[in-house]
Amino acid sequence: MTIDLKTVKHISKLSRISIDDNKAKKLGKDLNSIFSFIEKLNELDTKNTEPLTSIAETTLKLRKDEIKSENIREDILKNSPDKNKDFFVVPKVVE
Amino acid sequence: MMSNITDLKLVELVDKIKKKELSSTEVTIAFIERSKKSKKLNAYISENYENAIKKAKIFDQKPDFKKKLPGIPIAVKDLFCTKNIRTTAGSKILENFVPTYESTVTQNILDEGGIVIGKLNCDEFAMGSSNETSYFGNVQNPVSENLVPGGSSGGSSSALAAKLTPATIGTDTGGSIRQPASFTGTVGLKPTYGSCSRYGIVAFASSLDQAGPMTHDVKDCSLMFEIMSTYDTKDSTSVDFKRENYLTNLNENIKGKKIGIPKEYRVDGMPKEIDELWEKGIKIIKENGGQIIEISLPNTNYALPTYYIVAPAEASSNLARYDGVKYGFRSKGENLIDMYEKTRSEGFGDEVKRRIMIGTYVLSSGYYDAYYLKAQKVRRLIKNDFDEAYKKVDAILTPSTPSSAFKIGEKLNDPVSMYLNDIFTVPINLAGLPAISIPAGHDKKGYPLGLQVIGKAFDEQSILNIAFALEKNISFKNNITDWWIK
Amino acid sequence: MSKNNGEYLIIRNDNKYEVIIGLEVHAQVLSESKLFSTSSTKFGSEPNTQVSLVDAAFPGMLPVINEHCIKQAVKTGIGLKAKINKRSIFDRKNYFYADLPQGYQISQYKNPIVGEGSVTLDMPNGEKNIGIERLHLEQDAGKSIHDIDPQNTLVDLNRSGVALMEIVSKPDLRTLDEVNAYIKKLRSIMRYLGTCDGNMQEGSLRADVNVSVRKKGDKKLGTRCEIKNVNSIKFMQMAIDFEANRQVDVIEEGGSIDQETRLFDTKKNETRSMRSKEDAHDYRYFPDPDLLPLELNDNYIDQIKKDIPELPDEKKKRFIEKFKLSPYEANILVSDIEISKYFEEVSKNSDVKLATNWITGELFALLNEKNIEITESPISSKNLSKLINLIKDGTISGKIAKSVFEIMRDGDKDPITIVEEKGLKQQSDPKELENLINKVITENPKNVEAYKSGKDKLFGFFVGQVMKNSNGKANPKLVNEILKKKLN
Repeated sequence: MTIDLKTVKHISKLSRISIDDNKAKKLGKDLNSIFSFIEKLNELDTKNTEPLTSIAETTLKLRKDEIKSENIREDILKNSPDKNKDFFVVPKVVE
Repeated sequence: MMSNITDLKLVELVDKIKKKELSSTEVTIAFIERSKKSKKLNAYISENYENAIKKAKIFDQKPDFKKKLPGIPIAVKDLFCTKNIRTTAGSKILENFVPTYESTVTQNILDEGGIVIGKLNCDEFAMGSSNETSYFGNVQNPVSENLVPGGSSGGSSSALAAKLTPATIGTDTGGSIRQPASFTGTVGLKPTYGSCSRYGIVAFASSLDQAGPMTHDVKDCSLMFEIMSTYDTKDSTSVDFKRENYLTNLNENIKGKKIGIPKEYRVDGMPKEIDELWEKGIKIIKENGGQIIEISLPNTNYALPTYYIVAPAEASSNLARYDGVKYGFRSKGENLIDMYEKTRSEGFGDEVKRRIMIGTYVLSSGYYDAYYLKAQKVRRLIKNDFDEAYKKVDAILTPSTPSSAFKIGEKLNDPVSMYLNDIFTVPINLAGLPAISIPAGHDKKGYPLGLQVIGKAFDEQSILNIAFALEKNISFKNNITDWWIK
Repeated sequence: MSKNNGEYLIIRNDNKYEVIIGLEVHAQVLSESKLFSTSSTKFGSEPNTQVSLVDAAFPGMLPVINEHCIKQAVKTGIGLKAKINKRSIFDRKNYFYADLPQGYQISQYKNPIVGEGSVTLDMPNGEKNIGIERLHLEQDAGKSIHDIDPQNTLVDLNRSGVALMEIVSKPDLRTLDEVNAYIKKLRSIMRYLGTCDGNMQEGSLRADVNVSVRKKGDKKLGTRCEIKNVNSIKFMQMAIDFEANRQVDVIEEGGSIDQETRLFDTKKNETRSMRSKEDAHDYRYFPDPDLLPLELNDNYIDQIKKDIPELPDEKKKRFIEKFKLSPYEANILVSDIEISKYFEEVSKNSDVKLATNWITGELFALLNEKNIEITESPISSKNLSKLINLIKDGTISGKIAKSVFEIMRDGDKDPITIVEEKGLKQQSDPKELENLINKVITENPKNVEAYKSGKDKLFGFFVGQVMKNSNGKANPKLVNEILKKKLN
């Protein structure tokens, strides 16, 4: 599996990380070497194996339906890059 | 005498404070002073010195000696969210982030009287094995100049070995506690998955991350583990099991204990010293009444590739929240997408971006089955290997790392060679088992090497005991001079 | 376009196209706190005042599931006659948007909590079953506000993390009326169960529509388009109609339909392709590693089954049998749980036939006029009951009752009191009525002559006069009887 420049650009778009062509080329190289290493898994026949989705040896804990959080708007907005006291503010989406 | 205070280990310090031979203020100032002189190591990202001394003074006015860490100063890895103390995860994207909340593990430490003196450097978002990916610069291994301290808990292992903190806590996703412990000649425990709460820890790979203690010796480790490990309803993967008095129950009697030696861990080209170390450990086990049994963990060689699919996949999703909207670094953008792309491009370092890309790719449409699903299946095979082995043995002994600490910059150009550092530690995270690394010797360069004891799930007591026995018989001495102190 | 026999067909150049419609309904779960966090779900609060650290996706925050929301989903599944899956998994649906703080939504992908079921619609030409594909639980997103700041979008995360049930229908809907009936039925079932209040204005019930077309007679399904952003049944119908016609036009011109997501523009009455088409969403679903698989046992499900109240279909059957209502009447009275409750309270103490007529007639007119729900009715079931009894026992006429009703709507006064105070009792004493009638007959000899010689229509005149002279209080039925006797 070779990862070409087009794929690198597509994945960058999906991950919302901008990348120039030079960096993309280097990244492609790194990814290719990592992927040839990963491809070792193809040696194994896992047709009849169940995937392991959860390693925690417990069952899903259910919470009672109670309101336990109060209004902490100040804390929530404290680290916001914008100074608006009521909302998070972001640049508009291009429609 | 200030210098002597920082030579004391955790359990000793607790004892002296309880006996009123030392005050919290004295102890806290001693570690802070030493930390201030050690900036060359670059182990700290944030210092909380003034506040810490205030807290120490408050403690001394009304000391509570029933606490397990009475007035004890501790620096912690900068992956734990500490209330009102900057928490960066070693990243530019959280450079100015100050949490308004406390992680469960650090709250446990505070509840037992501990005082946080600072936040320690680490690889960015815990991704790395040498602390060379941190936005805040490299960390020096106190063992020798220009040596990496290991990673991702590099700042922690460095600060600990340099005695800037009597003990510390780190996180381990693929070896990030055990490998730096091995590189610095200290003890590091990765507990069973679900043992320590992940609430308030900056998430890297949710099904692999575990917080754990890093200490000078096994006794200290047992004490720290007791404090850190609690059942937390705020973490759905936290397990409610019977937690022991690990320190009080610490016992070096390993008579009749069956210790497995996995043949697949004998890798080609492994340095001779590591093999000798392993043999030393085997010998000690036998001499102390333990039984050595050859076992096979047939899927060992597939652990690293599996890890490098699962961990980046989870990370790519966990790091999606760093988008410049709610907190953290934001780059100006012409529109929302532009803002996202610039923010994440400038805010994340190269290794993090590499892993996000790998993760996004292995989850993407058309590749999910071939990579992620496949990796989850191999993960089960790896876990099954251990389950089978544990029918025959109580614990497993292996080296911690395939080499000792390497030079800063030595492995930066080849990501895969960097990844191979974790070859002995990664399978344990995939299986969710507990494992401890203890310093066991030196290589011919004089750099420390560690041995790893792997246990059954939730049986930390057994591996602490075995480690205790090994430690007693090895009598490891860390030959650290204070070369970095002005 | 042709709508014969309840059919909905689009005709172009002699080609008949049928429209295949599927709905994905998002219903907000009625619960105190959110699906994975402990914040309140109350509607209409000040922005960002119901947001916890978990909701805002701060570093290190983790989801913990709300047991009640699971119960609500199972209950709804039972109401949809669906299979409850004992093992289900929560997956992360990954994408970036300002009102999605985690950068992913916790949802369910391949293993939803509820499987296949069905909903029965009462259509004019008979019952129709609409298949349900599945129901799953997922987090709602926050709100992006685009029109306050010209340069920026403001984000309110109050709604972020509220539990939603996504109910996916099979592509069994064929007409706009069926769409209307389906949404109303779903809403009704959930209101009966108390699992969702179905308030479309507040956004607790929303739907995405999938539309495709095919030539009548074709077995294969056409390519479908999804229409988002329709928040009322009326707009949904308009959107479907526009989209179906658009697709037919494309096909007739020799083109093919691109599978895409479209928005409905309410001003222009048309659907538009969403710009992010080149940026096609790859959600990269994978099981959420912060959660474990949800395992339900038979005991748990059975306990919930026991608590299920009588649902609309059963209630309709019972109303028809017990109260001898027509299917049409029964339909109306069970369509909403509050209406059925009101009706049952009224008919407990008074005549069922009258109750049916007064509720579906006068009361509904009143509620429509004021644009309120029956729970806000100014006239209580108790008092409506009393009014009906006054008619039944002859105290007042139906006509008088209407004027009493008008008085009651301004404050739910006891009708008995009103009748007393205003002296509205019907005059039913035969002797008194005879006197009144005799007076009218005596005063109008010419008309009596005319009537007796064949002008039957004049009967109404005499009745009218009696009513006038009695200020409307004469018992019309008796007046008719006595007058008839006297004039013949």
